[in-house]
Amino acid sequence: MHELPVTESILKIVIKHAEKNNVRQVVAINLQIGKLSDLEDEWIQRYFDYLSKGTLAEGARLKIERMPIMMQCSNCSTSYETEASNLGELVCPACGGKNIALVSGREYYIKDMEVQ
Amino acid sequence: MDEVRLIEVKEEILADNVKVAAEVRERLRKTKTMLLNLMSSPGSGKTSLILQTIAKLKDNLRLGVIEADIESKVDAEKVAAQGISAVQLRTGGFCHLDATMVTQGIEALPVKDLDIIIIENVGNLVCPAEFDTGAHKNVMILSVPEGDDKPLKYPLMFSICDVLLVNKIDYLSLSNFDMSALRKRVLALNPGITIIEVSCVTGSGIEDWTNWLKREVDIFKQSK
Repeated sequence: MHELPVTESILKIVIKHAEKNNVRQVVAINLQIGKLSDLEDEWIQRYFDYLSKGTLAEGARLKIERMPIMMQCSNCSTSYETEASNLGELVCPACGGKNIALVSGREYYIKDMEVQ
Repeated sequence: MDEVRLIEVKEEILADNVKVAAEVRERLRKTKTMLLNLMSSPGSGKTSLILQTIAKLKDNLRLGVIEADIESKVDAEKVAAQGISAVQLRTGGFCHLDATMVTQGIEALPVKDLDIIIIENVGNLVCPAEFDTGAHKNVMILSVPEGDDKPLKYPLMFSICDVLLVNKIDYLSLSNFDMSALRKRVLALNPGITIIEVSCVTGSGIEDWTNWLKREVDIFKQSK
């Protein structure tokens, strides 16, 4: 839903690194986005294509790696992966405990970029 | 063709917002002004709750309100009519507030003379959950007509809040809303959350909410 401001941030960071490294053209950008984050791959690419026109990143592909939702049980410290649809009905698979905390799954991260 | 090479970036996309949010929190800590971010779907009762809160607390606490309703001044006018400092942000169709927009709101308020500022965020259960506003406390409203299944559909929102206000409990007898199922789902996501049942129409539960708020403002003012 908020692809536009997120895309603006991505472009800003990418251009900063491209200029620092004397890049002629950014070919692809590798992102890590948590499964709990509400971003549509298709829209983020469309916004990026629009915003990046005339910049070093024009035409770059966004490659999105979806990061799993990891939970940890507060009783026995067991970590495990879950899906967003199960979050309201969580029980620790190891001890049956119900005190479970989110460890990761909200990432908005630029890992690296492919450039020429 | 030039050879393609890889450059490491390793940056958080939302780092700018996180930084501005931390600055907002620190700035308001110095003036001992607690910032509270109120979120919900459209129509679940944010403005009504703020008006009820003002009515109960305006003799004890100095309140300010930052309104983020889309393209409208109606909410800020209702609040200002109560003699409370209010500022309207024009979010122009934006789906959430970020910390920079909140900073603009704070600059338009007499912060030094306020004990608490309430942000009425944009009505939306998705985006506001992902953008730190700089608030010290996050509060959400779920109203009975929206249904008890919302924690399953919007888990992030329920997991980041300090308080869940279940509003419109005067509708309970007319619906199949299952309060114990809701509580179970919310506590599974967020074991530390405080759940308060209220009705802005009958006034039921409002005092439980304002007591929570008074206590939190006291704790905030005493902390360093």
